[in-house]
Amino acid sequence: MEDLHLAILLGSIVAGAAPILLATLGETIAEKGGVINLSLDGSILLSAMVAFAVSYQSQSLCLGFLAGAAAGGLVALIVGFFSIYLGQSQVAVGFVLTLTARDLAYFFGNPYSRLYGPQAGPLPIPMLHEIPFLGPILFQHTMPVYGSILLIGLCWWYLYRTPMGLRLRAVGENPQASYARGTNTRRVQLLSTLIGGLLVGLAGATFSLCTKPGWGRPQGAEGTGWICLAIVIFGGWHPVKAAFGAYLFAFLQVMGIHFQGWWPSIPAQVFQVAPFPLMIFTLVLMYAAQLERESMVKKRPPWLQRLLNMLGGNAPAALGKAFIPE
Amino acid sequence: MVRRTVGAYVLMLLGVLCLTTLIVLAAGAPPFAAFYHLFEGSLGSWTKFAQVLTRWIPLTLCSCGLVLSFRIGLWNIGVEGQVVAGAISATAILRMSAEAGFPGISLVLVFLGGMLGGGVWAIIAGLLKTKGGVNEIFGGLGLNFVAQGITLWLIFGPWRRPGVASMSGTEIFPSSLWLPTIASLRLSPIGLVLTVVALIAVAWILTRTRLGLAFKGIGNSPKAAYIHGLKPGRYMLYAMGMAGACAGLAGTFQVTGVYHRLIPSISSNYGYLALLVVMLANYNVSWIPVIALFFVCLSVGSIQLPMMLQLDSSLSGIVQGALVLGILFLHAWRKRTQERNS
Repeated sequence: MEDLHLAILLGSIVAGAAPILLATLGETIAEKGGVINLSLDGSILLSAMVAFAVSYQSQSLCLGFLAGAAAGGLVALIVGFFSIYLGQSQVAVGFVLTLTARDLAYFFGNPYSRLYGPQAGPLPIPMLHEIPFLGPILFQHTMPVYGSILLIGLCWWYLYRTPMGLRLRAVGENPQASYARGTNTRRVQLLSTLIGGLLVGLAGATFSLCTKPGWGRPQGAEGTGWICLAIVIFGGWHPVKAAFGAYLFAFLQVMGIHFQGWWPSIPAQVFQVAPFPLMIFTLVLMYAAQLERESMVKKRPPWLQRLLNMLGGNAPAALGKAFIPE
Repeated sequence: MVRRTVGAYVLMLLGVLCLTTLIVLAAGAPPFAAFYHLFEGSLGSWTKFAQVLTRWIPLTLCSCGLVLSFRIGLWNIGVEGQVVAGAISATAILRMSAEAGFPGISLVLVFLGGMLGGGVWAIIAGLLKTKGGVNEIFGGLGLNFVAQGITLWLIFGPWRRPGVASMSGTEIFPSSLWLPTIASLRLSPIGLVLTVVALIAVAWILTRTRLGLAFKGIGNSPKAAYIHGLKPGRYMLYAMGMAGACAGLAGTFQVTGVYHRLIPSISSNYGYLALLVVMLANYNVSWIPVIALFFVCLSVGSIQLPMMLQLDSSLSGIVQGALVLGILFLHAWRKRTQERNS
């Protein structure tokens, strides 16, 4: 019985992490190529609205997911265009788009508020879902959840095992050198931003068609985009570590509900903001880890050192800097 | 050249107007009616204009502060939280003075306390940046959510209304603690004066003092400034502290002049909107009052849209965002033509 509870808890973490995971992986790819897409919080909402509206009109989940991905991709392309071709600050454009995409979502989503639309149902994988403990954790989910799990490996493979991934990382580290070697840096950056945006769009669609079905103002996904941006840093710009961060965050979210049961006097909203100070704290810790590595002085106990090393991870060297080839 | 520049701006404005028209049409509403309601809802009568000015005060205050932090090269996205921090400390002082029973002197104290609260909140973000290696965007955002959490905790916990705690906020202060207003318009002259003073002060700091010069130098090149003997970290804290104080002032005004209590959405998104105002003003103080007024007109006017045309009020946000994107595009275009000419 105790086992079953734990399995269900872990299963709900895997399910709840799906949209965060998708957005985090997408942003990791974009940032690996050197472009920060700061608009995540808005584009997740916009794609959630588009996905819900399209699937409501067409009664097709598949079209909904495609439309959501397209919306996310479109916002990412605007960020990419302003940065890569016009040399404008990525942070500025991303921030404006965060607000504008959110407002667009509320504006066009107004007629779809609080409607009952299609939503992705659970799809247990035959045979596998009957495995005693692992079954409920991994094999009794909806399609997007399976997709999010598979994408962890796929992203890692794309970034670290394909020539395209190598080129992408090279552009993110040193666009001048890549350009000199004959890479079309603009195309590579635009492509990485686009792929990232498509995944962010899928994350939005997963929210409105699966995790928090439906549309409304507020939808319930507000604020998630900022958390995903922080998880990318937490994960040291590595897809597998970022995935770990996404699961950790989902764990905190689920535990927040339980904590509330233990201390009913503290309002739920306090637990909802708990991840943010934690995020700041981890970022400080990572900075400390980096200083430690640079100073090469090892005063700390070895276990802490190992932990700090694991946390560390360097940002792509040209992250956020527009490179205009001449 | 000048004529071409003006032409480009006019073209950009026309573009945004067309885009807005298309968006309203896409939502199935008559665009001219929408524009009429935006205009009528904000400038249609003196009462409405007073409402616009009441919102112009906090937005302009936040934008003033942001010019300082932008000048030194910081992306102070935490204004929202600084407004909340200012509002919380103002509420704390108001509650204390309501209990102690001397309302007269306390308004000055309340404003000082609010500025201190906002300033401290901003300096935390600044310290995280200079000492903790946390990018100011993430530090500021995190602190925004933390401030929001603290507000909710206070409203539902220690400061809850006797009887039932609710999202409608804390108990309303006795009216002796309200900021005095012009009776018929509910507009606070003190708030207006403070805002104008803040505008002048920021412009003066940036153009006439060593401090402003240091901000500019560090903003342009932190390394060069360091070699000249300026400590970027320290000046960043000054800039953040001053920006936070402006935001705290806005929060205090929200508490004493507008809502007369602490509510969960006390910052009313002014912090995020101010970032757009400053970007559209191209980081210049002189344009801020005008652009802030225009933005506020849009926001106030759009409140009517749901009732009149069944449109969501976020139309104003779309126009504001489109304008800033248009300006960014223009800057890029001008830079390119200048480079081509030289």
